Amino acid sequence: MQFKSRSFDAAEIAVEIKGLEVATADAAGVRPVLHGIDLRIRKGETVCLVGESGSGKSVTSLAVMQLLPASLSVAAGQINLQGQNLRALAPGQMRALRAARVAMIFQEPMTALNPVLRVGDQIAEVLAIHTALSASQRRRRVLSILEQVHLPDVERISRSYPHQLSGGQRQRIMIAMALVLEPVLLIADEPTTALDVTTQKQILSLIDELQQKYGTAVLFITHDMGVVAEIADTVHVMRHGQMVEHGAVRPLLSAPRQDYTRHLLAAVPSLAPRPARSASENIVLRVEGLSKSYGRTGDRRTYAVKDVGFTLSRGRTVGIVGESGSGKSTLARCIMRLIAPSAGQIDLMGTDIATLSPKAFRPHRRKLQVVFQDPMRSLNPRWTIGDCLVEGPVNYGSSRGDALKEAARMIEIVGLPRDALNRYPHMFSGGQRQRIAIARAVMMKPDVLIADEAVSALDVSVQAQVLQLFDDLQAELGLGILFITHDLRVAAQICDEVLVMKQGEAVEYGAAAKVLGAPEHAYTRALIEAAPGRGWDFRNFRPLPLRLQAGGADDQ
Amino acid sequence: MTEILKTLVEAAPPGRTRRIPQMGMTAKIALTILMVIVILTVIAPWIVPHDPLQMDPLARLKGPSLDHLLGTDNFGRDLLSRIMIGGRLSLMIGVATACVSVGLGLILGLVAGFFRRADAVIMRLMDALMAIPSILLAIALVALNGASVGSVIAAITLPEIPRVVRVVRAVILSAREEPYVEAAISLGSRTPLILFRHLLPNTLAPLIVQGTYILASAILAEAVLSFLGAGVSTETPTWGNIMAEGRMFFRIKPELILFPGLVLSLCILSVNLLGDAARDMLDPRLRKSAR
Repeated sequence: MQFKSRSFDAAEIAVEIKGLEVATADAAGVRPVLHGIDLRIRKGETVCLVGESGSGKSVTSLAVMQLLPASLSVAAGQINLQGQNLRALAPGQMRALRAARVAMIFQEPMTALNPVLRVGDQIAEVLAIHTALSASQRRRRVLSILEQVHLPDVERISRSYPHQLSGGQRQRIMIAMALVLEPVLLIADEPTTALDVTTQKQILSLIDELQQKYGTAVLFITHDMGVVAEIADTVHVMRHGQMVEHGAVRPLLSAPRQDYTRHLLAAVPSLAPRPARSASENIVLRVEGLSKSYGRTGDRRTYAVKDVGFTLSRGRTVGIVGESGSGKSTLARCIMRLIAPSAGQIDLMGTDIATLSPKAFRPHRRKLQVVFQDPMRSLNPRWTIGDCLVEGPVNYGSSRGDALKEAARMIEIVGLPRDALNRYPHMFSGGQRQRIAIARAVMMKPDVLIADEAVSALDVSVQAQVLQLFDDLQAELGLGILFITHDLRVAAQICDEVLVMKQGEAVEYGAAAKVLGAPEHAYTRALIEAAPGRGWDFRNFRPLPLRLQAGGADDQ
Repeated sequence: MTEILKTLVEAAPPGRTRRIPQMGMTAKIALTILMVIVILTVIAPWIVPHDPLQMDPLARLKGPSLDHLLGTDNFGRDLLSRIMIGGRLSLMIGVATACVSVGLGLILGLVAGFFRRADAVIMRLMDALMAIPSILLAIALVALNGASVGSVIAAITLPEIPRVVRVVRAVILSAREEPYVEAAISLGSRTPLILFRHLLPNTLAPLIVQGTYILASAILAEAVLSFLGAGVSTETPTWGNIMAEGRMFFRIKPELILFPGLVLSLCILSVNLLGDAARDMLDPRLRKSAR
């Protein structure tokens, strides 16, 4: 694992935040959101701001941009950009400064770009507002910056609308737009979180390259410790609006001083596959030759899933990994019969459910339960938790009273208080809601549990707890778990077998130790190589021993 | 941005569980105003100061006085009495139209939004219905059945149904893609349960808005119909035709439009405010903590 070890002591200070306090004021009084944040970024330096959601990372960056929402205001402190106090500026002066000297890129480039304007015109608009260039000069500058972010066929790209580009290309456009005026400071707020891991790698190296070229100071906000290990010079850890710890990347990752930092790092799953568990002969789900296609017959058919097969035994976990659009979720939805598969067999406890009519399938449905990715949307916001939990059992003939008793037991098993049953979903945090969704699925006493990106929306420490819950429930109930994820670390931590999907096809399937440890297929190797921070064992604060490193010995 | 929201939410004081829905102050005021108007119109026949149809050629277009609290119209009829009596028919037509069109539209919209096959048929029917001018439809209905309150309600209701269907269908189309609906399917919930308990509550907020709008526009549409001679005869006062008649004397006596218009506006405003309050109380996320 190579960390950055550049020294910036001699470099000019680009931005300095001193004692920044942000507060929200409402009917209940004034409450602080940030408590005395100090931060210094020198020219050419990459500072990572890490922390879980709600820690105040984004609020800090928005305070620098003076873009705080109306309910938040800066209560105290200084924000100096190259010695100029930003808090003293009038709104008009600040507007002139944004883009020209401080620029920002966001998590979701689709929503950050205007969908009805060509991307070239959107970059040219920045130039038109902040420079005196003529139209033809602006055009040349746009094409040149598009070339610098390594977009192909820049003429065509500049004439494209955002929806005609891929996610990675859109993020490149955002970076081009942010850097076209060569700002002093670039704020990147989770810029790669919405991207696939291979695209993420390219975007990270692009930011690095342009930073070196222009000497830009970068404030990089992320929750992903792997990304931190890859790109940071200096790391600042935030929690509850406070700066917990800061320091150069290597000392911070290898010898964290604060308990919270330790706790945060210990929650990062290792890329080393879990020790193999003894195989069970009790097969609960066998999928063979499963396909889902759309469109006409013959060559014109589009396959979302093509000829995929695997076997899931009781008490074991099969991971389906792949990038977005690889057909992972379609496969899961076929198995759950939320959509009808086009071909193949789904053998659930000895019955082929692929071709059953909805009515004939109904008795089998309870054996097959699901936990979705987004716990905000998978619980009906108008129902109490109790109503959510008893819905399934009541559908299958339990009395409401019995089901409620079982729900009270189950809610405690997943680690929530009994009175949670009378509350509504919005009163819980994301992790708690995911526990509720798991409780709801387990209430049905299923044999197979499908987890569709079930921990992807959670903070890393919450993710670790929820993964532990899956593990505990599996050990207790002997569930077969089909775990769908894009995150190789999560897959390595909990899967016995892994199936790698690419464009609807299974490219590799086998024991986790083999697929992740000694991948045969080039695509699997590419995925593993793109995983950020893969050579570092975050939990043990040291490099991952070579023999355990995913992807084999050709790593260094 | 979500992070900021989370920060705000987490900083908020913990809410009590299972709050009894509390009505805000505005909703209480709105309810009071609406109750006063409804009670006054319901008991109007027994308390009106004058016969609303009694003409008095000597007291034409008089201003407010002790005898005629709101003045008189161009035939010397007492405006207050006419507004009170007129409210009976206006409110009845408004409420009936809103209830029938929302009720029918809701059922059709639910079916169209949830079942793809029914969607094609129902929506083409609705397109056809929208293509017929409502005034012509009303004249045709009245010509067939004679001028009665029933045919007026039918004539105003029919063109409103497609609007409700469209609103409901749009809500259902997006709501049925929500993961909690898929979760319900995998929990073995049957279609009626999903339709009525998971999906239907999502339509309430837009339906309340649409319903109050229909209530208001029906009261005005009735006035247009009676002005064209296709509605309830102009001898029977309604808020609509009081205003329609007063229109001609707008420059010399604007109160003829002002007073019934004011009562109508107050009525609609109250219904709207109550609708908002009902929506907030039905949605656990919007329930205000008791203050």
